[in-house]
Amino acid sequence: LTDAIPHHPNPQGKGEKSHGGDFSYVGIDAILEQMRRKAMKQGFELNLMVVGQSGLGKSTLMNTLFKSKVSRNKSVQSNPEERIPKTVEIKSISHDIEEKGVRMKLTVIDTPGFGDQINNENCWQPIMKFINDQYEAYLQEEININRKKRIPDSRVHCCIYFIPPTGHCLRPLDVEFMRRLSKVVNIVPVIAKADTLTLEERDSFKQTIREELRANGIDVYPQKEFDEDAEDRMINDKIREMIPFAVVGSDQEYQVNGKRLLGRKTKWGTIEVENIAHCEFAYLRDLLIRTHMQNIKDITGSIHYETYRVRRLNESNGHVISQTSDHMAVQPKANGQLEEQPGALQANGVAAQHEALSHEM
Amino acid sequence: MASTEIARQAGEGVRAVPLAGHVGFDSMPDQLVNKSVNRGFCFNILCVGETGLGKSTLMDTLFNTKFEGEPTQHNQPGVTLKSNTYELQESNVRLKLTVVNTVGFGDQINKEDSYKSIVEFIDAQFEAYLQEELKIKRTLHSYHDTRIHACLYFIAPTGHSLKSLDLVTMKKLDSKVNIIPIVAKSDAIAKSELAKFKIKITSELVSNGVQIYQFPTDDESVAEINSTMNSHLPFAVVGSTEEVKIGNKMVKARQYPWGTVQVENENHCDFVKLREMLIRVNMEDLREQTHTRHYELYRRCKLEEMGFKDTDPDSKPFSLQETYEAKRNEFMGELQKKEEEMRQMFVQRVKEKEAELKEAEKELHEKFDRLKKLHQDEKKKLEDKKKSLDDEVNTFKQKKTAAELLQNQAQQAGGSTTLKRDKERKN
Repeated sequence: LTDAIPHHPNPQGKGEKSHGGDFSYVGIDAILEQMRRKAMKQGFELNLMVVGQSGLGKSTLMNTLFKSKVSRNKSVQSNPEERIPKTVEIKSISHDIEEKGVRMKLTVIDTPGFGDQINNENCWQPIMKFINDQYEAYLQEEININRKKRIPDSRVHCCIYFIPPTGHCLRPLDVEFMRRLSKVVNIVPVIAKADTLTLEERDSFKQTIREELRANGIDVYPQKEFDEDAEDRMINDKIREMIPFAVVGSDQEYQVNGKRLLGRKTKWGTIEVENIAHCEFAYLRDLLIRTHMQNIKDITGSIHYETYRVRRLNESNGHVISQTSDHMAVQPKANGQLEEQPGALQANGVAAQHEALSHEM
Repeated sequence: MASTEIARQAGEGVRAVPLAGHVGFDSMPDQLVNKSVNRGFCFNILCVGETGLGKSTLMDTLFNTKFEGEPTQHNQPGVTLKSNTYELQESNVRLKLTVVNTVGFGDQINKEDSYKSIVEFIDAQFEAYLQEELKIKRTLHSYHDTRIHACLYFIAPTGHSLKSLDLVTMKKLDSKVNIIPIVAKSDAIAKSELAKFKIKITSELVSNGVQIYQFPTDDESVAEINSTMNSHLPFAVVGSTEEVKIGNKMVKARQYPWGTVQVENENHCDFVKLREMLIRVNMEDLREQTHTRHYELYRRCKLEEMGFKDTDPDSKPFSLQETYEAKRNEFMGELQKKEEEMRQMFVQRVKEKEAELKEAEKELHEKFDRLKKLHQDEKKKLEDKKKSLDDEVNTFKQKKTAAELLQNQAQQAGGSTTLKRDKERKN
């Protein structure tokens, strides 16, 4: 490579005609503006999953984060029998939101029923299956010959896990869930309804949680191994010292010191949601939305998805090695012998196997 | 990372909700841009044109730097492509620029196959990307993208019409790369003729169905300037890295006795328009078109060629990846088999030859032994003969001496014999 550094650029006008005086300015940095334009035109997508027992304020927190009703509200269901599902359900809702010209398709994936049964064994399985199904859907589209210009991204970018504010330590269910899911998705644990803990209780609880996560080898977001450079590591280390964020959610506004603020009013005072002296909601919001959103999506795409893809392609390879070479290109429409070809059966057989494998973790 | 076009129709099932306050995701474009800045950008330009049309100079002028390389000779036997990669930086943007030049284009007597090496090169870049994309363990985000994003086609300033070589080449390239035709060394054409020339070129391109790159007009912020520029194609450019003093400024220009052509003067040539369109306004779109249109087309054709179909949804992840690999393994297996065969044959031949040679050697040894023996026999015979001859000679000598002696004796005895005889007579 030959280093050819042009003269000092003129900082004037990125995409505008600036000829005549600044012949030394090539205009390469105009590409940033071009990218921004393209991004604004395409819009963004974000898929967030919330996991936690019922009553921990998941929907409220989502609504507080995005300052609108983006999550299902439990009050919608009036039928008491429907309130706690028998198994974990996956319910996903999408909304288009827009801010200063930036459009975003936000999908909130709720998991009612998680941790609510008496026997919660394997309650993470439907969630794992859902996450893997999204990876599968993306992979299928990516592998198509005629594929869409932009592959619709339904992959779960981040899973917010709600820890009940017991103040003691993580429960076995928490550990089990996070241990398994941190391998396939970015997990951001939060301490829910943190207004029941004093600052000291909160700090010791956090410390216990962090130690337990470490002891169990659970890598939550931001994962140490994906820090790109020293600067990244510095920023992320600070975050890692603060997680799990102790949050309080609210969609009600109250008058505090002449300002209208989001908060929870109690007899002994009003908890201001966005006040970092009261709770760490603002840190969570900044992490998820204002600073690390792109990074969260990148890790999902280039690490979690790729891991899934590698595993999936290796699976299918292992099964096909025994196949003879003339059954390779499955062209069922061309010859009507679909049934006799072991290729097609094999495909279906392996497809069924895939279902079992994806549940395995 | 792909994002869908946001559907605003209610029919899509996605409602739009208003926000009660500032959330903060308006920073997303910034986050995206920052990520790209950290990663750096890639841009690859292919310059197609006859030798001597000023391709290298134009690149130097566009990027305001002196790229390496000496002017090429005109006696190349075929068309080869030479590519060079440079790292440029402007403010905080790092660009990995690759400039590919066609060497020897238009120099041959028979130019029928000129376009082939160009098409092969473009396809090879697509192939490399496809290979990476199909790998099991892949690193797409750090892959150095070598696919050609823009092809500047240099048209000679004859003033008449396009050469048939140009038409044929552009037709072959238009489905594989974004073509931006430019009239090179346009200071050779008078302004009035230039307008006619441009019209002639455009109409010839249209009538031959050549699809050149159209600057995009779907985004309102650039639609106007892009559509204006579209009507100025092909750009008539002049390149120069030499600076001339005009007024009190140094400008890039070409100085003639009758005047000075200023590169960046829009009345003199379209250089500024080219730079604006190629770099400052549409670089990202060129990259995107390459990826979403040209590459996809290549990929689709390549995969269909190999016998894949989208029909059976279950078999897809299986058939695509491992069929590709299996076919490749099959091919490699065949290759290895052939290699083995050849090796065996070679070994066989060597053995045969060795045996032959050994035989010959043996024969020679035998012959030598025979001859030696013969020689020894003869020698012995000769020696015998010599010996017998010697014996004869000796015998003869003996006889001779004996005879002489006898003779002497006889003579003596003759006297004495006579005496003796006398004696005997006396007796």
